[in-house]
Amino acid sequence: MLQILINALRTGVVTVRYPAAQSVPPDRFRGSPVLRAGSHLPPPSVCPAGAISEHFDAAGRRAGLDLARCIFCGRCAEDPWADAVSMGRDFELAAHSRDDLRIEVVADDPAVTAPAPSRDRDAEAARISSEIHNVLGRSLHLRHLDAGSCNACDWELAALLNPVYDVRRLGIDFVASPRHADGVVVTGPVTRNLETAVHRTFEAIPDPRVVIAVGACAASGGIVGEGYASAGGVDRVLPVDVYIPGCPPRPEGILFGILVAIGRLDARRRPREG
Amino acid sequence: MNALRACAAGSVDADTGPRPPDLTVRLGRADDLPAAAAVLIGPHSMTLATVVATDETETPDGDLKVRYVFEPTTPGGPDRFVTLLVSVDAARPKVPSLTRTVPAANWHEREMQDLFGIVPAGHPDPRPLVVHDGWPQGVFPLRKAFDGSRRVPVEPAGEFPHLAAEGEGVFEIPVGPIHAGIIEPGHFRFTSVGETVLHLDARLFYTHRGMEKRMEGLSPLDAFYVAERICGVCSVAHGLGYCEALEQIAGVDAPPRARLIRGIALELERVYNHVGDIGNICAGAAFHYGTATGMRLQERLQQMNERLTGNRFLRGLVVPGGVHLDLPADLLGALAGTLQDTLSGLDGLMGRIEANPSIVDRLDDTGILQHQAAVDLAVAGVAARASGVDRDARRDHPHGAFAGPEPPGLQVATVFEGDAMARVTVRALEARESIRLIGEFVQRLERGPLEAALAEPLPGGRIGIAAIESPRGEAVHWLRTDAGGRVERYHLRSPSYHNWPAVALAAETAIVPDFPLVNKSFELCYSCTDR
Ligand code: SF4
Repeated sequence: MLQILINALRTGVVTVRYPAAQSVPPDRFRGSPVLRAGSHLPPPSVCPAGAISEHFDAAGRRAGLDLARCIFCGRCAEDPWADAVSMGRDFELAAHSRDDLRIEVVADDPAVTAPAPSRDRDAEAARISSEIHNVLGRSLHLRHLDAGSCNACDWELAALLNPVYDVRRLGIDFVASPRHADGVVVTGPVTRNLETAVHRTFEAIPDPRVVIAVGACAASGGIVGEGYASAGGVDRVLPVDVYIPGCPPRPEGILFGILVAIGRLDARRRPREG
Repeated sequence: MNALRACAAGSVDADTGPRPPDLTVRLGRADDLPAAAAVLIGPHSMTLATVVATDETETPDGDLKVRYVFEPTTPGGPDRFVTLLVSVDAARPKVPSLTRTVPAANWHEREMQDLFGIVPAGHPDPRPLVVHDGWPQGVFPLRKAFDGSRRVPVEPAGEFPHLAAEGEGVFEIPVGPIHAGIIEPGHFRFTSVGETVLHLDARLFYTHRGMEKRMEGLSPLDAFYVAERICGVCSVAHGLGYCEALEQIAGVDAPPRARLIRGIALELERVYNHVGDIGNICAGAAFHYGTATGMRLQERLQQMNERLTGNRFLRGLVVPGGVHLDLPADLLGALAGTLQDTLSGLDGLMGRIEANPSIVDRLDDTGILQHQAAVDLAVAGVAARASGVDRDARRDHPHGAFAGPEPPGLQVATVFEGDAMARVTVRALEARESIRLIGEFVQRLERGPLEAALAEPLPGGRIGIAAIESPRGEAVHWLRTDAGGRVERYHLRSPSYHNWPAVALAAETAIVPDFPLVNKSFELCYSCTDR
């Protein structure tokens, strides 16, 4: 027992300060692909996840990228497209709607340059984390629902509870019963064999409730897509409030998404109370 | 061969393949199958490696085929697969069931009944396995005529027939598929008297996503990304198994440096899994210091994974033909430091576990898997080696850094007790051995290319087979290309697929409150079982 105490003291504090302090992913981290407008952008066949699309209009070829589908494999940023696409470093990608995760740029016309959309994420994160206190009195309790994931997203959710991320410090926790939850985090594309369980779990959560789709499979079907055994994404089955891209998203990317969701919970609550 | 001929009433033709040391035996009569399997398992002490059904109705053969793949079990035996191949009439698809004599065939046969409509005649438990309630009769998703992108309406269904026991004081406890913690879904139906488990009926395949069908018709280079995502915590092992099968088909070898880097990744995957698993087992025994320590060590390793490969599950390193990223000296230095800390952290944690009677008491004699049961069920990996089965695919089917002229020595950790403590002990021994191996691989690294080119289209109509020792044990990958060099059929038999029935057996030696502990001591994947 004494030895345990000594070991614990020797280990010291290992917990990160995100979101209060910025988190910088390592050099090789593959965040959201950045498409350079006007360049020779890759055709859809390059992407194994079907995240890249193209269509033609008066301006010429337009290439689209669906971040919800992207599995961040980096293939579109390899030769011969390395000049047109680079893997960015942004991991705070969560959004309220699928449309916010679609990026479209004009390809093959060097005259066109589009400014990258700038989102002040730090400010947003700070604003949102203060909302935790306002809306929920320091606590958001979530239920995890595995709807057919490969377990990578599950492990990252579990990692949020480890001593390094320790999301309980932010008033966030994962609870055993849906009846105790303010919302649900769903991983996996919703398999046919789990569809009933997904519905029942959701219905057991008291209203108002948020639904957070974690990872490419939950957000869009991902690499699994739609098929005889898969619905092709959580929003085919439940109303989704926040989509978190990634394959899997890093723990801090999931945490960012949960913070985004809390803003949404606030919006949903007010009309009822008012 | 002669023994096989002697036992068969019909014709027996043998060919080498899929790989040069392998043998494929075509049985003229499917009814000869049980006798032929008995010859392989008895006198030749082989075991069932995998069963692969294929739909070849659109080829000149116009039939369904089933391949029963066996492998040797003698430690240090030859790296050889023997395939028994039977042709099945698509109009009356039926084969004799092997389950009564080869218990490991049980789920394989139920799976081919669900997905191909091939009936294993005489199967003792022919309930549906992969498709659940509401799946229409007579629809077989892995037949070629079935469009895999099609969703199938749910039909009204009755309650699933769980095996039930009756008697005074006997009651049933249903658990899952959605569990209280952050874990994968499965349904467990305990039949118990008081605390004692009489029977456990585990129902899985909730996470069946149709991954094998999803890969059919894709370019093998695209399908790789699907294989790498069958399971999160086995990403390296499954990605590697798919690549090695594909490289056989293409007739290329990954360059030496790539093989060593693959070896480093495979062992690193084993270390972060085993360390995290030991922590999770502590959670099952309510030893929170152990849980937090395991989580912390695992997190440190996953952060290292991200530094090495850009992904916390090491995705994106192994690619068909070799590896996509090099490991430069600075990263290898950082890795060595992390592994050194992991080793001392692991030693400290194991010391605390072994010095703590209340933990040792929970683990000792809990969830015993008997040696013979492990052999009969073809149990793999840690669970097998903790029950005295001396098998490890790194030695028995050399792959990655173990393939080549001078394979590194491997200490296969085997103990005999078969209880939860034995499985913890084996994990700790293996994690230490993996750390040692990574050091050795780094030492052996020499400059050289990272990738061998795989030119598309790949050769058509060829089969590749690879067995990989994943953190959970041997996984067998079977891949065949169609005439145009695309994926015609891919099948993964994961270690968990053979180990789940063993969890149910082990649970029957325990009390209900110990089930989480027993389950965690096996630490199986649902996603690679269900696919
Ligand atoms: S990084 Fe994303 S968009 Fe690019 S090829 Fe991979 S999945 Fe497709």
